[in-house]
Amino acid sequence: MYAATTVLGGTGTGLMGFYLGLGFAMVMRKLFGYPDLWERDLCLSVGYVFGLVGWVLGIGLWGQWAREWFGMKTYANGAQGWQRYFTFCTDHKVIGIQYMVWFVVVFLAAGFMAMLMRVELAQSGMQFFNHDQYNAVMSLHGILMVAVAIAAVIGGFGNYAVPLMIGADDMAFPRLNALTFWLVPPVGIMLLATPFLGGLEAGWTAYPPLAVQTESAQTLFNLALMTFGLVSILGGLNFIVTVIYLRAEGMTWSRLPIFVWAMFLTAILALFYTQGIFVALFMVLLDRIGGMSFFNEANGGDPLLYQHVFWFYSHPAVYIMVLPGFGVALELLTHFSRKPLFAYRYAVGGLIGIVGLSGVVWAHHMFTSGMPNYLHPPFLVATELISIPTGLVFLAGLGTIWMGRVWLQTPMLFALAVLFNFACGGVTGIFLADVPTDIHLQDTYFVVAHFHYTIVGGEIFALFGGIYYWFPKMTGRMYNERLGKIHFWMMFIGFNVTFFIMHLPGIQGMNRRIADYPSEFDNINMVISIAAFFLGSSFLVFFYNIIWSWFRGPAAAANPWRARTLEWQTSSPPPHDNFESPPVIKGHPYDYGVPGSVHATFPMGAAHAPAGGGGGGGGGGGG
Amino acid sequence: MAVAAPAMHHKGPDRTAINRLGLWLFFFSESLIFALLLSSRFFLEGLNIPLKHGSDEQAVDQVLGLAITVILLLSSVTAFTGETAFEHGRKRLGHWMILATIVLGLIFAGGVAYEWKTAHFTRGEAFGTVFFTMTGVHASHVMSGVIMLGLVWVQALRGKYNEKNHWPVSGVVMYWHFVDVVWVFFYPALYLV
Repeated sequence: MYAATTVLGGTGTGLMGFYLGLGFAMVMRKLFGYPDLWERDLCLSVGYVFGLVGWVLGIGLWGQWAREWFGMKTYANGAQGWQRYFTFCTDHKVIGIQYMVWFVVVFLAAGFMAMLMRVELAQSGMQFFNHDQYNAVMSLHGILMVAVAIAAVIGGFGNYAVPLMIGADDMAFPRLNALTFWLVPPVGIMLLATPFLGGLEAGWTAYPPLAVQTESAQTLFNLALMTFGLVSILGGLNFIVTVIYLRAEGMTWSRLPIFVWAMFLTAILALFYTQGIFVALFMVLLDRIGGMSFFNEANGGDPLLYQHVFWFYSHPAVYIMVLPGFGVALELLTHFSRKPLFAYRYAVGGLIGIVGLSGVVWAHHMFTSGMPNYLHPPFLVATELISIPTGLVFLAGLGTIWMGRVWLQTPMLFALAVLFNFACGGVTGIFLADVPTDIHLQDTYFVVAHFHYTIVGGEIFALFGGIYYWFPKMTGRMYNERLGKIHFWMMFIGFNVTFFIMHLPGIQGMNRRIADYPSEFDNINMVISIAAFFLGSSFLVFFYNIIWSWFRGPAAAANPWRARTLEWQTSSPPPHDNFESPPVIKGHPYDYGVPGSVHATFPMGAAHAPAGGGGGGGGGGGG
Repeated sequence: MAVAAPAMHHKGPDRTAINRLGLWLFFFSESLIFALLLSSRFFLEGLNIPLKHGSDEQAVDQVLGLAITVILLLSSVTAFTGETAFEHGRKRLGHWMILATIVLGLIFAGGVAYEWKTAHFTRGEAFGTVFFTMTGVHASHVMSGVIMLGLVWVQALRGKYNEKNHWPVSGVVMYWHFVDVVWVFFYPALYLV
């Protein structure tokens, strides 16, 4: 049982590391002459770091990689079939599915928390939770969903589809890729453990001074998120090098599929800005366990420093979330409109423009924070400027559907919903970017509604569209189209009713993040809760469809969508090295309906097929 | 290290170029950590360096700061000499130069530790917070560099590297230069402003 020994072994070395860390911390405290050896947050932090190192070493880093740093031979990963998914497997397709399954499970858990919040919020007064429990669930819903939004599309589709779409046989650093994924489970488990270890009080943004002073599981939250930052950084690094160096022959930058462009640009954002949240959380950690004064005003610190550093990452982070969503949506729109992607170069330019502007708008989250007033106009203007590149991307989408032969399969419905939802999110964003209206709307449910329209409406809809689109490629089986459409309409209607109505109490000043509210908002909150439950139930349909189809669905063809990009020119699922013979790119990926156009050929394919036919091409023949 | 990539048949690009780009991107990313810490120093404390209690002397030890800076910059010279020695197949010189880099790095870290021990400010006040954090984060990078140099040194003694295959040496030396360049920004911000 290769899978069981790997996971249990990693858990074992992780626990050993944890206790080693506790002991190390206490010995060091003894040596430095502290009177008490046990200081909860400090000792547990050292234990966490040692435990994390032990976990990744045990899961396969030691055997498959680290041994060679000491001049020893590494072991090969002997797992086959489903067991690969529970080992340190370097195949990008395995890693993509690992990310996808992991984050869909986390998505459902965090979505269930949202349902619990709506139970509490259905009526004013406190019925279901007490205030601490509500804070813990609200914080956890926020941070888990942020994690899903950041890593599900990048980790899942990015890993699975990007090497296939550029004609590579794997990522540039396959072992780093496996290491990156195996940092994720500790993050999820630690975050899910916080309610049992003191809860969270400070929300997903974790502002000091509360985050420094609280007795809750804030330290664990910081450590887990810093680990997650490492996942983003290392993943981003890998994507950039892969796209630069491993493109197939003839895959010029102007022939790159739009999803690959979006992933490449997202990776640049993730690589650079993620250090911002790393530093912000590190400072809070030092204040908490190191007795420092970054945010302690009495000793010369300043809580505003946290907000600047935090939003310096966390605003670009919304583009880390939404750019891959745009990429998936444009990809789907062009395949299912059977038309070339409209204004491809302008769409790429728009994506680049978003990346360029994303780093100079962060303080629009801080208009009411007390920062100097002279900072308001530049950040207002920079924020509004972002609507220009975003508009280019948006118009490219609309122009692609225009006069196209729209094929309304489930993935296409989700892609169209992205356009609709993101338009709504963009319009409400204007009120939050303008200082006068923002001062009124700050910290109300209007912000919650706007944020969900952009991220859920813009990215999570694209995520689900992508799941349906690539499902046959990933699993080799077809999902149920009727159930897919039922899921879409339930999700679309439930989502729009919930979050459109949520703007209204927000305009009237109903505060976000607070478990109770004035009873005059009772009726409207009941409506929101009912719509939210309807939205939540749509995922049961999704779950049933995916699980059933994965095991019992009909076998999928190699190219069920008759799409032109490279990942569909190999079997479903693809063989270990992706292509029977290396592809050579001859033309643009999206030239649907252009006579005589070819995207890729496999010049060695005919000669190569008989020799390599036994090497895993069976699925291709079956399609 | 460079050869053992099983079951992969990369066509054009060579692994060293890929590794080198990966390392540069890592530096690009890390530089933001240091940039944000540097900005925090000026955000919280401006150009202030506190004075010793009851005197008009600065609380930081200028002689010590200058000394460890010179030592760290010298270590970059030895690291570079070591790398080029391996490139030209002069293994003996390479071994000694890597060892010299390790020793200089340890002296630097010892100097930082001495400055911490004798500091005239506490970590509870704002200047102490930024001083200890910046020097601490930097010194931990120096120490990780020392550990990696140590691993490379052991492998070098076992004759693993030659003119064609010395990427691990080059990679660690690049990292060492990066950590040095960070100190070139940190030193004036903490001692000289």
